[in-house]
Order: sequence, then C-alpha cells, then structure tokens
Amino acid sequence: VTERISALVNGRPFEGRVAAHELLIDFLRDELALTSVKQSCEVEACGTCTVLVDGAPVSSCCFLACDIDGRHVETIEGLAGTPFHQSAVEAFLRHAAVQCGFCSAGMILTAKVLADRGVDPSPDQVSQAMSGNLCRCTGYRSILDAITTVLRESREGAGGSREGAPA
Amino acid sequence: VSTDVTAPSPPGHSTGAVGRRVERADGRVKLTGQAEFTGDIRPPRMLYGAVLRSPVAHARVLTVDASPAEKLDGVVSVLTAGDLADLDPFYGHALRDRPIVAIDRVRFAGEPVAVVAAETQAAADLAVTRIEVEYDALPVAASLEAALAPGAPLVHEEPARPGSAHGLGRLPERDGNICYHYGFERGDLERAFDDAAVVVTGEYSFPAVYQYSMETHTTIADYRGDEIVLWSSCQHPFLVRQEIAALFGRPLDQVQVIVPFLGGGFGSKSYTKMEPIAVAISRKAGRPVRIRNGVHESMVTTRRHNMRCRMRTAAAADGTLLGRAVDLWLDTGAYADNGPRVTATAGDAAPGPYRWRAVRVSADCVYTNTGPAGSYRAFGATHLQWIGESQVDEVARRLSLDRLDIRRRNLLRPGEEVRPGGKPLDADLVGDVEKAAAAICWDQPLADGRGRGVSVGLLAAGAHPVSTATVRMGADGGVTVLVGTTEAGQGARTVMAQIAAEVLGAPVDRVLVRGTDTRYTPYDRSTGASRSTTVAGLAVQRAAQAVLDALIETASTMLEAPPRLLRLEEGAIRSGSRLATHQELVRARFGFDGGELVGHGRVQPEGGTGSYAEGPVFWEVCVAGAEVEVDKQTGVVRVLRTASVADVGKAINPQLVARQDEGATLQGIGNALFEEMRYTPDGFLMNDTLLDYRIPSFEDMPASMTCTIVENGDGPGPFGAKGCGEGVLAAIPAAIVNALADAGVPMNVLPLTPERVWRRIQELDQGTEQERT
Repeated sequence: VTERISALVNGRPFEGRVAAHELLIDFLRDELALTSVKQSCEVEACGTCTVLVDGAPVSSCCFLACDIDGRHVETIEGLAGTPFHQSAVEAFLRHAAVQCGFCSAGMILTAKVLADRGVDPSPDQVSQAMSGNLCRCTGYRSILDAITTVLRESREGAGGSREGAPA
Repeated sequence: VSTDVTAPSPPGHSTGAVGRRVERADGRVKLTGQAEFTGDIRPPRMLYGAVLRSPVAHARVLTVDASPAEKLDGVVSVLTAGDLADLDPFYGHALRDRPIVAIDRVRFAGEPVAVVAAETQAAADLAVTRIEVEYDALPVAASLEAALAPGAPLVHEEPARPGSAHGLGRLPERDGNICYHYGFERGDLERAFDDAAVVVTGEYSFPAVYQYSMETHTTIADYRGDEIVLWSSCQHPFLVRQEIAALFGRPLDQVQVIVPFLGGGFGSKSYTKMEPIAVAISRKAGRPVRIRNGVHESMVTTRRHNMRCRMRTAAAADGTLLGRAVDLWLDTGAYADNGPRVTATAGDAAPGPYRWRAVRVSADCVYTNTGPAGSYRAFGATHLQWIGESQVDEVARRLSLDRLDIRRRNLLRPGEEVRPGGKPLDADLVGDVEKAAAAICWDQPLADGRGRGVSVGLLAAGAHPVSTATVRMGADGGVTVLVGTTEAGQGARTVMAQIAAEVLGAPVDRVLVRGTDTRYTPYDRSTGASRSTTVAGLAVQRAAQAVLDALIETASTMLEAPPRLLRLEEGAIRSGSRLATHQELVRARFGFDGGELVGHGRVQPEGGTGSYAEGPVFWEVCVAGAEVEVDKQTGVVRVLRTASVADVGKAINPQLVARQDEGATLQGIGNALFEEMRYTPDGFLMNDTLLDYRIPSFEDMPASMTCTIVENGDGPGPFGAKGCGEGVLAAIPAAIVNALADAGVPMNVLPLTPERVWRRIQELDQGTEQERT
C-alpha cells in the first residue's frame, strides 16, 4: 500500500508515493539521501534522528513518512547556511561540543526549536529542554555551553531586529 | 615563534601547534551533517542484511531450513552453518572459540544462527522470520553462580584454541567454565594479616553494562574474487584485517578495511564484531552486503563484564597498609572476546596503587550463557577501583585517620615498582589526589545527607606498542598524515594534525588527517587502551621529523647556511633575513613544479618484546573526587560535584583532554548510579532497548564538574604526553561510592539504584536500633 504525498523538504517540494508503513527516517535517508539524519535507539528515546516538521521536533524513527503530507520537513542540510546554523556551528566549535558527531544534528535542530520558542537560555531550562537528546561522548557540559551561547545570540539578534524595525 | 631546528627541544617548548586549543579537524563536517559514517555508504549493488538470532540461551540446533525465506521476493541469499563447511569458521583474537554463525549449538539468546541478504531491508527483515529452526533445549548457566556451581552445564566442551592477538603468553587450560585465569601472590600474606590492627572484608557485585555508542555496529562487506573489501565501524581495523584474512584464507593485502567516522566506540567496536558474518554472507550472495545492528542486537554483540569480588585489606594501627587478598570472577558471556585481557587488567588493578607488604590476587574469566562481554573504557580498573578504594576509606574510618592522609602514607611514589618486572610508576599520585580533593572543597563543612569521596587508581595503558605512520608534504606545502588511529570522537585526527604541525612548523589547518584504509594507511595495532596520542602519536612525530630532516637539508643548500643557523617559522625555514617556504623547499628539492616529501615513523618495543608482563607503555592515572547527596527517605543519590584529574604528561590539546574527562565522568555517573543489563535466570536480556536501559542525559550532569590537567612531562609519547580519557571512568564510580559511605551509606553493589540504597539505609537503621536494644 502506498500513499501519495506532497510536502516540502528543506524548502524543496516533494511529490510522490511512499509506502504507507515507511518511516520518515528511511524516507529521508534512502529516498532523499539526507544522511545527516542518524538512526540510534529506534524507540524515540535518544533524539539522534530528530528532524523538524512544521518547526516542531520529531523523532523520525517513529514517524511515518506519509504523515509529512502537506507539511514542511527540515534537516540539518536545510538549516545549513542560515544565521542560526552558522551561530550554532561556531559555538559548538568554540566549546568543542562535537565529538563523534552522531548526535550533533539532532542537538542543533532541537536547539533551533528552543530558539524559536524563546526558551530562557539558563543552564537549568536548557538542560531540561534538551534532556531528550542523548550524547555518550561529551558529558553534555560543552553542548550546554554552546546552546546557551546560541540562544543568547539568537535573542540578541531577534531583539536587535525588533528594535530596528519600524513601529 | 621560531626555534633552532637542530637544538634538542626543551621540555614544554612549542612552535605553537601543541599545547593549545585548535578547531577540531572534523568539527565543521560533522556539524553540517556531511560527515560520512559506515551506514551512510552505499556501494553499487549493495544488499541489505538481517541476522536471525537465537531465541534461547542454550540449545542444540537440530535443523535449520532456510528454503521458506529463500523463496521470498527480493531475497538473494540465506547463509547458515552449512555454508561454512569449506572454512575453519572460528574466530576470536583471545580464544578462537566463536563460529561465524552457530554450528550445531547456540550458547546465548541473541547468537546469530543465519543471515539473509536481500534487495531491501524490509525483505531481509521479513525473510529472517521465515527461517525454520528446530532447537533442543540444554540446561542454562546464565549467571556466574550457575556457571561456577558443581555440575554446571558447560558452555564450551571443546578444548580452547588460542587466538592470534591475545598477548597473554601461554594460555592456561579451560577449567569447567573458567576460560582464563590470572593471578599472583607476592610477600607473606598470612603474616601481613596476622600483624594487622584492622582487617576490612567485603563481598561485592558489579553489573553488566552496555557501552552504548550512539552508532550501532555497522559493516559493509564486499567479497570479490581477488579481494575482500570492508567498510566497518571498527576501532582496530588492522586486527580485523588479520582475523578476516585468517578466516577466509586470504593474504593480508587482499583484505581491505576502510574506516569512516565512528559514532562512538568506547571499546564496543574493538577487535572483530560483525565483520565475519558480513563477509560470509557477501561471499555467498556475490554482492556487497550491509549489516547494521539494532540497539538490541548491539547489546548482545558486546557489553561490559559483570563481576563478583571478595576482597580483604589489612592495615597496621598507624594506617600503614599491609596486605590485600582479592578473588574475582568476571562473566565473559558465551564467547571470550576480550575477556582474558579484561581479567588480567582487573587483576592488576586489584591491589590499587599502594605499597603492600603482601598481596594475593586470583581472577577468573568465566563463560556463561549470556551475550559476550568485551572491552569498555577503563575495563578492569572500573571493576576494581570502587572496591579497593572503599576498603581504604573503611580502614581510615576504623582507625579515625584522615582519608587523604592514609593515601599520602601508602600511595606509590614515582619510580616505585607497581608490579614485578613491569614499568615503574610514572606519575605523581599524591599530588593528583590532593588536587582532586581540593577541587571538591575537601575541608569545607558538609550539609546533612551529603558526603565527599576521592579515589585513586592505575590502569595499564598503551596495549602492544606497535604503530607506524607516514607523513607526506606536497609541492604546495600541504601535509597529509596517514595514521591508523580511528576517529571515534576522541579527537584523534585533530591531535595527530597538531603533532605533525608542531614538528614541521606547518599551520595546523594545512595538515590533513583522514580515516584508515588498510590498503594505504600504515599499520597501527589498535585504537584503545588510551594509546593513540602516546604510541601512534609518537609514530606521527617521527614521520614528521623525517620530513623535516629533508626540508632542513634542502634549506641548508638553498639558503647557504648550516642547519644550526636555520630557524623554523610557520610554513617556512629562515636563515637570517632569507626565508624559504615549505612550498619552495619541496619544489627546490625536486627541481620541478611538483614532487613530494615522504617521511615514515615507527614505534616498536624497545629492549623487549612489548609483552603484557613488561608493560604497560604507561600507567594511566585514575583520580577523581565527588560530592553526593542522598535522600534518606527515597534512596535517591544525586552527584552534586565531581573533579577529575587528567595526569597527561603534556596536553597536546587541553580542551580535548577536558572533554575526555567530562565524557568519562558522565559515563561514570551512569555506571555508578543506574546502568545495569538485567537477565532472567534462563538468560534473556530484559532491558535491551533505550526505554529500559537508561544512559545519562543532560539532567544527570553534576552542578559542578571540574577537570584539572597535570603536565609533568613524564609520558613516553610525543612532547612528554601520555594518554587519558579512560581513567576517570574508573575513578568516578569509586569517588561516588566513597562519598555515599561518607554520607552514611556504605554500599557493596553497583549500580546505586534508589531501591538498593533505600534498602541499605533500612538495614543500617535496624542495625543501629539493635545495637541500642
């Protein structure tokens, strides 16, 4: 059984059929070659396969590909080059918050959601909000430092543009 | 910065590339999602593999009928034991005890019985469910107690054959289910205990733990007429090549192992794991086949050994440690994997880094009907340090001595013998443990329900010291380092680039380090035992030095100056006011707009065989402190503060050293507080998903986590460096256990789950009441 879907993936339209039982992670990796989306736990517990669907974080290992019909999916490939991603890359590099790199895309995408939702960049708030994204390498501290930095920069950026905008 | 290139480098001197933070060589490619892992590769004609695993822990395999699976759409091949008749299909680097797929008998629930190769993963997964296997159940020994009981079912009945890379000398005969024994006795133990004012005795239990690298074991094998090509998430590609070559009867150079980025390793991807089965199914299918484990499959591919231990420590009234006796049993599961080495390392860690009058250690490696156990970061030391250090604390408590003072009195000093015939101590342990204590505010008052602990230990590090490396400088001055170290996240590529850049005076960002391809990368024994910076790094340093020698020779001619008047500058060599860039020097050497300088570096045992007995290459220091808080109503333990000490000789990249310690700290918190693989009595792993097996998250981070880097230049590696990153995983659980005892709750079982801690608190309360009545 296949279903016809029409969706945006990283800003590009996708029209076609997908198997009704196909998982979003397999669709993104195998059909669209978006291999930044990594598989780890397969039970929606580690955050490694996080993608954004209409701006909300989703574990693509437990999400059907056909459910993206009419929606916009973003992976780290789509975020690349945006001011948020550039800011995240620099912060992660400065704090050496990337080691094996398997969790990194999921971390940055979840952080994007925190930035969009205006989460308070305090260590407690960020730790709580990021607790669904696991990392076995870093011990988290460097990632926490990087993300609080990014959220602060993101706030300042947003605040700056508001101030500059006509009333 | 300039330097006299012919003068011996003074300690701590740097041309600028080592001893500082540099941007990770692999950072940008990982943060943009472009980094390639094994699962991202799809060679042409690749098939998808799926493994049929045994549903029972111990049984005879009566029949395997693959024909229903073979008839399915999309299925290309199904491999069973019958397909291995032309091979000697047993592997294992320590003991050659493991068949590629089960032959006649399964020994653990999860053991591969057959493999399917199909055009899609879905077809392969479906086909696996259609293979019909008839089992005849055998009695199960799924725990140490069951396997060591009189008349226990034997997991293996055939005599053990030694593997090709155990490095443990002559292996003893198997004794029942004991597949390896390590032990020693030094001094007069009976007298030491007779002379004691205090004897601390305890029985302890340490759980099976899963390494949980985020990337599961993933392998693509392509068996061709003239060669075998593997892409694999493996830490030791050259040892994998050796085992595959032996299994399939090929010369080494017909086996090519390519290692993309690893999504973590921590020992779980050491030695040979899924490679033999992948090669075998590719051989049958005639096409490349990928096997990617699910987490539940990786958890029965490897794990940390669970352990039972009895320990006694004797001390004189003044706190002088006199004697220690240790018996321990490690559960290596159904196949030895790295169990013998883990057992020897655990045995060596058992005395702790103290000056004993007498010590006796007996360590047994035991087969059971559970998934095989192998390497996990700081193996052996993590098993023993919390036990030994809790006994040292208990001695201090009974003698009303300060817990730091008893360590100052008894710790080995630099140059003292750690074990007979082995490398003497090469670290300042007293200084290290004092730093850990200071960092957790040892002398400050404590709130009720809180406690502090420190721990100190040693880990035999470096493995077999054989590494080679090649450094190439091209006609544009760019440098490529070929070194067999696997980048598993620890930052090996960055550190190797820094080492080469430092020697050559090249800008770090002009040094390229890529993943291993055994066809082109020179031999390196392995990535583990904290050896890469120290051993492989030394090979890189020597290779770079060979290139530098050529540059100097040419510069001397070109600049018309003797070598002693030459100065190294970034990307160039200077004599007075005249400067020759690396690019100009390479071109001048060849008299041509091209050419390349190639240097080779080699590390091998000096004045010995590099055996385990002569080792280790260096002693990795395992020192940490912790402050904990226990909720006596619920038994919940929170780690408030940790301090690790990285005694690294010279930090090539201090930021990456700190990251190693932080990562090890969180793994230590998980190992100490909640990580535990749990089996039913008949050998089923109950918690084989991340829903049931929890690893630390952001919220498990201590409020304060410090790392003190100690640089005494006392390492055998480049610039006085020695390895790090493992010791802290041994030290943190020990510091936590000691801190919890300081808070009033001594424990002899890990992990420290709320239920266990609460029950212990009830026991202690009842004991106190009984004493009162």
